[in-house]
Amino acid sequence: MASESSYYVPEQSRLPIFATIGLFLTAFGAANWINGGSAYIFFAGALAMATVLWFWFAQVIRENMAGLNSEQLKRSYVWGMGWFIFSEVMFFAAFFGALYYIRNFALPWLGGEGDRGASNMLWQGFENTWPLYVTPDAAAHGDAAKIVGPKEIIDPWHLPLLNTVILLSSSVTVHFAHVFLKQGKRRAFNLWLALTVALGALFLFFQAEEYYEAYKHLGLTLESGIYGTTFFMLTGFHGAHVTLGTIMLLIMLLRSVIAHHFKPDDHFGFEAASWYWHFVDVVWVGLFIFVYVLGA
Amino acid sequence: MAHGPQPGFKRWLYTTNHKDIGSMYLWFSFAMFLLGGCMALVIRAELFEPGLQIVQPEFFNQMTTMHGLIMVFGAVMPAFVGLANWMIPMMIGAPDMALPRMNNWSFWILPFAFAMLASTLFMEGGAPNFGWTFYAPLSTEYAPPSVTFFIFSIHIMGASSIMGSINIIATILNMRAPGMTLMKMPLFVWTWLITAYLLIAVMPVLAGVVTMMLMDIHFGTSFFSAAGGGDPVLFQHVFWFFGHPEVYIMILPAFGIVSAIIPTFARKPLFGYSSMVYATASIAFLSFIVWAHHMFTVGMPIAGELFFMYATMLIAVPTGVKVFNWVTTMFRGSMTFETPMLFAVAFVILFTIGGFSGLMLAIAPADFQYHDTYFVVAHFHYVLVPGAIFSITAGVYYWLPKWTGNMYNETMGKVHFWLAFIGLNVTFFPMHFVGLAGMPRRIPDYALQFADFNQIASVGAFLFGAAQLVFLFNVIRTVQGGNKATDEVWENPEGLEWTVPSPAPYHTFSTPPAVR
Repeated sequence: MASESSYYVPEQSRLPIFATIGLFLTAFGAANWINGGSAYIFFAGALAMATVLWFWFAQVIRENMAGLNSEQLKRSYVWGMGWFIFSEVMFFAAFFGALYYIRNFALPWLGGEGDRGASNMLWQGFENTWPLYVTPDAAAHGDAAKIVGPKEIIDPWHLPLLNTVILLSSSVTVHFAHVFLKQGKRRAFNLWLALTVALGALFLFFQAEEYYEAYKHLGLTLESGIYGTTFFMLTGFHGAHVTLGTIMLLIMLLRSVIAHHFKPDDHFGFEAASWYWHFVDVVWVGLFIFVYVLGA
Repeated sequence: MAHGPQPGFKRWLYTTNHKDIGSMYLWFSFAMFLLGGCMALVIRAELFEPGLQIVQPEFFNQMTTMHGLIMVFGAVMPAFVGLANWMIPMMIGAPDMALPRMNNWSFWILPFAFAMLASTLFMEGGAPNFGWTFYAPLSTEYAPPSVTFFIFSIHIMGASSIMGSINIIATILNMRAPGMTLMKMPLFVWTWLITAYLLIAVMPVLAGVVTMMLMDIHFGTSFFSAAGGGDPVLFQHVFWFFGHPEVYIMILPAFGIVSAIIPTFARKPLFGYSSMVYATASIAFLSFIVWAHHMFTVGMPIAGELFFMYATMLIAVPTGVKVFNWVTTMFRGSMTFETPMLFAVAFVILFTIGGFSGLMLAIAPADFQYHDTYFVVAHFHYVLVPGAIFSITAGVYYWLPKWTGNMYNETMGKVHFWLAFIGLNVTFFPMHFVGLAGMPRRIPDYALQFADFNQIASVGAFLFGAAQLVFLFNVIRTVQGGNKATDEVWENPEGLEWTVPSPAPYHTFSTPPAVR
């Protein structure tokens, strides 16, 4: 069955319709919650979604171990993961693009520069600086302003630098794990993968500490004008992706430790998670340069 | 493995079959087409006379918004995905789509997403009323509370589109029968491959822009608020970075369908196959660097106006190549005009009219007059109705005998064509005139001098709407029975889909077919 000369088409499946219901409840519940309703629908949806994904992945793994997956189908999974990551790249591109536009066009114009500088009349006294400590609102309205800038920003050469080292190292450790897996050394694989997961968790811990610092002491929040907006949206979505990536790698680790999954020549589940991990690492390098270093 | 479909509704809920899923996409799309069409008829009924007579301005705004959203995301895109599901595996000699379960998930998200979107009509404050382009701050600071549900429905539609396009890419790149090299693929497959790349590149950007809206509305961020250092124009840049490739997403598969139909009924091979492929790729590339031509009047530096003007005009070159190739394919062919061919020829002529008005709009200084008038409405309806809708209709008539095993009623098909053809021209051609004379779009009332042309347009709209009922009736009759179709259906058509029986078996190829 699993050869190039004949095709394998999976049986009918209940998974997609249940996944749809889970996704719908999550989305509808989130909107309902944000609009002031109860949060129950959202959590019910998220739970349903997680359950369906559990069974869905379990089924794919079972099919693969039963030898049902042809080389061709495995290539489809590879293509699928690759282009999924590309779509994630484009999602981040929208936010990096917004940061670029704000810094190079919107703020200079608001500050009175160039042929679009007339908008400065609306925000008299506003000067274009980055980090934007004084928002146009604060410049024009003083104490009556609703949106004021941060008092201070995060110094790139402390926690963010440390986090850069942590995340870059974790990309190296996950690569070592991959190398040992291909050599069939399961103990070394487990060790290096566990180290990667630990580094991911450590990164998240420091990121949380940074956010706490920003909110508690620096006046740097989501509401503190466009600096806080771009800072938290970019690092926040990255942090969410690191969280997801850590969970993915943790599951791979448990699969290896508990169920002895993965063979030296057949381990795309792990490979996909490691690609995802390299992707969040690359995004972080972009963040470190464009948000932290060039933003300070 | 090789058993047929389960009886009953479970077949449709649990299916992993590309033909079942394709059919569901097409029926869903048609339902949305009728829903969005009814909203258009509300708009045209209100605009039959100057003054306010049928609906309140608030509801009128909801109708224009929902009409646009439903037609773009609910009617045109799912119809193309439905055709892709049905035809791509058959055209490349594959047993099914590459990832059949995810395929079913992609489909089933849509009815739920649109139920959520449509439910906003009954919410307090009404449905989204800020136009399908949902410009901030109208869609943020001044939006009804239902905007949150709109945002999340866009999110899950986007997830559906991304999964669908990943599936199509994996299918085309990985599932082709041996010997089916890239440059042997039918153009419908090529155009869909490129469309899928466009989707993967821009749907996440749409997700990004609605996320920014959500954060601005509910979590105090300043993306689109100048008070905090943001810029409402940023919204337009991000939106149109998605929005411009989106309009090509709605037309590239149409090019593929027409490129399949014209050679069959001209009884000549397609002229300039490889130039068609390169032209499609060029259009896709250019679609990423022209977005701000939607924003000429927003206040951009002169360098930006010029760049986007010239880049936009460049698109006419590959598009011209395509039109030239279709015309040349027909040139000295022994043509017959069955219903699919009628729609395809009308596509070439009317889409070209829409392309030319697009060139007019691309001229930045001239656009200052046309911007936000009915001229723009006329332009994009000329590319979308005889462009996207006609090509989908042509594709349905062309492949319906292969799907059902029965021939459709040719007379009824021709009646449908002529009603639709006359209806759409009567509706949209006068809009060019009122637009050039200055009638603004998205307003429920208008000055007296626009009344004549608006009355003509409204009559045409109801005619076009009625034509679609003929279509529906014809399709249902064909599904139920009719003259048996041969395996080839048409006279010597090209493509693997014509080598299998009509109707195509539930699993088309269980072993790879031989490709010449």
